[in-house]
Amino acid sequence: MSRTNPRFVAMEGRSTEGDLPRALGGSAGGRGRDSARTRKRITQIVLYTLLIIGALIALMPMLWMLSASFMPTGEASTYPPHLMPSRITFIHYRELFTRLNLGRYLFNSALIAVIVTAVSLVINSLAGYAFAKLRFRGRDRAFRILSLGLVLPVQVAMLPLFLLMKNLHLINTYWGVIIPGMASIFGIFLIRQYALSIPDDMLDAARIDGASELRIYWSVVVPGILPILATLAIWTFLATWNDFMWPLIVLSDEAHYTLPVALANLSGEHVMDTELMMAGSVLTVIPVLSVFLFLQRYYIQGVMAGSVKG
Amino acid sequence: MGTSARAPSDVGRAAWLFLAPALILIFVFFFLPVLASLVLSVTDFDIYAIANPPTTRFVGLANYTKLFHSPEFWQALRNTFYFAIVGGPLTIAVSLGTALLLNAKLVRFKSFFRTIYFTPFVTTLVAVSIVWRYLYHTRYGVLNYGLAHLGIAPIDWLGNPHWAMPAIILMSVWKNFGYNMLIFIAGLQAIPQDLYDAAEIDGAGPVRRFFAVTLPLLGPTLLFVSVITMIGYFQLFSEPYVMTQGGPLRATTSVVLMMYEEGFRWWRMGYAAAIAFVLFIVILIATLIQFRLQKDYT
Repeated sequence: MSRTNPRFVAMEGRSTEGDLPRALGGSAGGRGRDSARTRKRITQIVLYTLLIIGALIALMPMLWMLSASFMPTGEASTYPPHLMPSRITFIHYRELFTRLNLGRYLFNSALIAVIVTAVSLVINSLAGYAFAKLRFRGRDRAFRILSLGLVLPVQVAMLPLFLLMKNLHLINTYWGVIIPGMASIFGIFLIRQYALSIPDDMLDAARIDGASELRIYWSVVVPGILPILATLAIWTFLATWNDFMWPLIVLSDEAHYTLPVALANLSGEHVMDTELMMAGSVLTVIPVLSVFLFLQRYYIQGVMAGSVKG
Repeated sequence: MGTSARAPSDVGRAAWLFLAPALILIFVFFFLPVLASLVLSVTDFDIYAIANPPTTRFVGLANYTKLFHSPEFWQALRNTFYFAIVGGPLTIAVSLGTALLLNAKLVRFKSFFRTIYFTPFVTTLVAVSIVWRYLYHTRYGVLNYGLAHLGIAPIDWLGNPHWAMPAIILMSVWKNFGYNMLIFIAGLQAIPQDLYDAAEIDGAGPVRRFFAVTLPLLGPTLLFVSVITMIGYFQLFSEPYVMTQGGPLRATTSVVLMMYEEGFRWWRMGYAAAIAFVLFIVILIATLIQFRLQKDYT
C-alpha cells in the first residue's frame, strides 16, 4: 500500500487476484485436460455454493423484516414461523404514519442528515485542501495534533459536550445534533489524501492569472476532487442518518427525535407488536439502503481509500 | 515547487482562513470536551451540580477508586473485552474468508456478491438490532426454528446470561464483516501475481501459499483492520441498549452503556467521566499492543 496516491485500486477485472481458486483447484500440471477441467468445474461449484449461502445469510434478516412488515397483526409470532405473509397488509405502515408520527421523525432525520452533509462537505474540503496544498507555518504540527483525535473515542467527549450544549441552549434542538457533525477529522484526512494528487502547476497557473485563493479552491480544486467529495457526502449522510448515541442524549423531546431514537423508544413500548416494529425498521433502513445502492460506486471507493492510508 | 505569483504570507493567511472553521469546530466540540472530561472525572459533578454548578467539589481520584471497587464496573469491563476479543477476530476471519472468495479467479458476478455482502454494514444499527431481537425469539424466532431442523433444542438467546453476549457477537459479525471485507479485497489486489507464480513453481501448495505469500503481504492491511475493528468494538453501546438493555443479569452491560447510564440516567457525571477515561486508556493500550505484535511478526 502506498500513500503517494490515493487513487483507488479498481476492484473489478484486475488480474492480480488471489490464491483461493487454486487453493481449491489443485496443483498445476495435472493429468490431462479433462481432469483439470473437471476439477475447475468442481472448484467453481464449491465457490458459488459458498457465495450463495453467504448471500442468503447476509440478506435473510432484511428479507424477513420486509416480509413481516406486511403480515397481519400477530402472524410474525406464530410457530412454526411464517416466512411470507399469508396476505399482504399495509396497516402497520398506516399506523406508523397516522398514530405514531413517523413522518415527523423521517423529516427530522432527513433534515439533520442533509444539513450535516452539506455543511461538513464545505468545511472538511477547505481544511483538507489547505493541509494538502497550501504552504504555511505550523502546518505539520497542526496536522499531527489533529491526527491524535483519531484515536480518541467520541464517547469520551460526550459528557462535557452535553454540558456545553446545555449552556449554549442547544439541548433538544436540531443544532445540538448538527453542530458536532459539521467538521470531522476523518473527512479532512480523506480529502487531504486525495487533494495531494492535484498538480501544483495548476494552482500556480491560476495564481499567476490573478485568481484569489478562494476562487482557486472553487474553480480548480473542487472540480478536481469531485469523486472524493461524492464519497464523503454519501459516507456522512449514512453515518448521520444511522447515528444513535448522541441524538439519544441530546434530543429529549419527541418532536425532535431522529428515526433511530424514535424507533428505539417505540420498541420499548411496542415490544409485542412485531409487525409494527418491522414496518418501522423498514422505513428507517430504506432511505440509507437506496442511497447506498444508487451511489455504491463512490461509497465503496471511499471505504477502500480510507484503507489506503499508510 | 514552481514560483507562485503570490507572497507566501498571503497563501499562509488564506490557508488559516480555510482551516479556521474546521479547527474551531473540532477544538470546541471535540478536543475541549475531551480535556474537560478529564477534569470532570476528578469532581463529584452530579444532578445538583447541573442546576447549580458551583456546588461541584474536587474529589481527587475518588471516582476512580470507587470505580475500581465496583463489581458492576469490572463486569462491564469483562463484558466489553469478551465482545472485543471474541467478536473482533471472528469478524476479521469472516471478512478475510469472504474477501478470498470474492477474489477468486473463477468467480464471476463479483460486484453483485460484494454489494450483497456489504449491505448489512450500511443499514441502521438500531433497526437491525430490533430485527435480530425477533430473529432470536425463543419460541417464534426464525433462528431457533432453523436450529430445530438440525435437532438443536431452542436457545433462549437474549434471556440467558450465557447466550446473550454470543448472540450480540453473532449479530455484530453479520453487521460489520462487509466493511473489513472491502479493505481486504483492496489489500489482496495489491499483492503481485508473480509472487504466487514463484511460490507455485517452488512447489508450494495452496495452504502454504496463503501462509507464505498472502498473509505476510496482507500484514499492514490486517493491522489496520484489527485496530479499527477493535476500537469500534470497545465502544459497544447500541446493540445491548436496544436488544437487552444490558441484561440479563448485566451480562451485556458494556463500558459505554454503563457510562451512559451513570452519566445520563443518574446524572453522576463525574463518576461517568471516570468511566469514559478508563475506556480511552483501555483502547489506547490495546491499540499499542496491536502495533507491537505486528512489529514482532513482520
